[in-house]
Amino acid sequence: MDDALSAEAEMVHARPGRLREFWFYFRENRGAVIGLVIFVIFAILAVFGPWIAPHSATQQYRADTLVPPFWLEGGSYKYILGTDPLGRDMLSRLIVGARFSFFVGIVVVTVAASGGILIGLIAGFAPRWLDAIIMRIMDIILAFPSLLLALVLVAILGPSLVNAMIAIAIVLQPHYVRLTRASVLSERQKDYVTSARVAGAGLMRLMFVTVLPNCLAPIIVQAALSFSTAILDAAALGFLGMGAQPPTPEWGTMLAEAREFILRAWWVVTFPGLAILVTVLAINLMGDGLRDALDPKLKRS
Amino acid sequence: MLKYTLSRLLTFIPTFIGVTLISFSFIRALPGDPIVVMAGERGLSDERYAELATQYGFDQPIYMQFWDYLTGVLQGDLGTSFVTKRPVWDEFFTLFPATLELSICAMIFAIALGLPAGIIAAVNRGKFLDRALMSTALVGYSMPIFWWALLLIIVFSGNLGWTPVSGRIDLLYYFPNATGFMLIDSVASGQSGAFTSAVRHLLLPTIVLGTIPLAVIARQTRSAMLEVLGEDYIRTARAKGMSPGRINGVHALRNAMIPVITVIGLSVGTLLAGAILTETIFSWPGIGKWMVDSIFRRDYPVVQGGLLLIAVMVMIVNLTVDMLYGVINPKIRKR
Repeated sequence: MDDALSAEAEMVHARPGRLREFWFYFRENRGAVIGLVIFVIFAILAVFGPWIAPHSATQQYRADTLVPPFWLEGGSYKYILGTDPLGRDMLSRLIVGARFSFFVGIVVVTVAASGGILIGLIAGFAPRWLDAIIMRIMDIILAFPSLLLALVLVAILGPSLVNAMIAIAIVLQPHYVRLTRASVLSERQKDYVTSARVAGAGLMRLMFVTVLPNCLAPIIVQAALSFSTAILDAAALGFLGMGAQPPTPEWGTMLAEAREFILRAWWVVTFPGLAILVTVLAINLMGDGLRDALDPKLKRS
Repeated sequence: MLKYTLSRLLTFIPTFIGVTLISFSFIRALPGDPIVVMAGERGLSDERYAELATQYGFDQPIYMQFWDYLTGVLQGDLGTSFVTKRPVWDEFFTLFPATLELSICAMIFAIALGLPAGIIAAVNRGKFLDRALMSTALVGYSMPIFWWALLLIIVFSGNLGWTPVSGRIDLLYYFPNATGFMLIDSVASGQSGAFTSAVRHLLLPTIVLGTIPLAVIARQTRSAMLEVLGEDYIRTARAKGMSPGRINGVHALRNAMIPVITVIGLSVGTLLAGAILTETIFSWPGIGKWMVDSIFRRDYPVVQGGLLLIAVMVMIVNLTVDMLYGVINPKIRKR
């Protein structure tokens, strides 16, 4: 009995864990929670897509081309969102297509963020001349409009989804470098870093253990935002014929294939774009929530 | 201020050389021999190949090629297009007014709607109007604009038949482009209906290209306004009994404009990236479509020169924004 009481008392007094505190603030933002729910659905579709989809994504039902969605005349429950010009089920292609966008987001953010954080840390700790060189190189990359640079990079590497991801990662990377460097520079002057250095921490320890964890908040927000940018850019490249190639059911590529049918069959154009919009919107909602929850200035005390 | 200007100008030079180097080396990295591509399907003899290689300087060592290119660029020589055989420089400036006209209209559209939306949202913070405006802005911000363009075409060109699908003006009208700006030229031509036609062609591309800047400006204006409205001097103004219109319109807005101007300046890069998609969809004869076509046609000198010119343009705009920033906000200069 006593034990139970004291345990309870301890629970009340203990400072909530970081994750818990984060969730407390995140949950306040209704939009962010909706975004999270949609994102989880999106992730589930990305992983289990082919098992959830009612039809195969590439199976062509030649007898049923351009069947409208079920609520229109001529539509049927067999193809809930209709079929495309080759008789493939729209809904199945959209569901299976989720994994390409998800994959693009994960890979691009991982590559761009890890590269950018590393270079940003180096720039922040390096002597001034090296810092200047690194930042000039980033300025050069940022001088090109991102989509144009990605387009030319893909033209060099050859059009495919993997090359599109590499190109987008290269284009997004300077943002992480700038962000990391800026927070490193402001953190480096603080007393706790000096005391760690006096205590004999090596450069590596200072960089990765002492300073980096305190720079992560803005980087996490940036990661959420570039997840959606990556999806948009990959879809744009697919739309221009420089991303995933047909018959891959990538959403941007599907739009490109459907373009000539826009005035005859609105559904082949509408649904892939809607899928992109909803996904990107959900991630941006989450990003806003993350920013509010992680930025101490905005927290209500 | 002079010192600030000079130091900003100095960083421009290495960036410019770097941008030239990148656009130069990209083309060398593209698969395929440019001379073979230029010859097309006819093919060419070994002597002719050697002759062309000398003519274009491909027989020189790579650093000499770069030096020739860099000195050429500084003298305004960006090479000639493989396809049209016209100087890249001329092509660029023939097409540029079309992109500029579209971008200016898109920016006016974005500012004209974005600023008031942001101000209204900030003044009504937390109320229904604020939520509705900001949700709309977030949707606009997340919009895949190539899809947005197709949707607008379905509704306004397909179902309603209000707007044309492509081009800058109906083929019915023909007049010299004196300025390159269709809106001005069509009025100058004096042909009845030409101006209306130009406006109708411009409408959808403007909306498509302006959507993301509009959302960004609205969001930025709102947060800048909210920050300023929390300042002490605003409370003082309120305590003095100043009218809310004057407080919001004069005291707050002027200071809130600083971050907003930065965002508007930084949107130029976004605008050019958006122009690539918008111009491709609406067959708008501008720089974006020209670049995409050239990439597909493997017209190397054009891709190389276009990349460089676009990057330099973005750099100049960013530099100007930095300068303006220094003028508006004295704190920045002193650093």
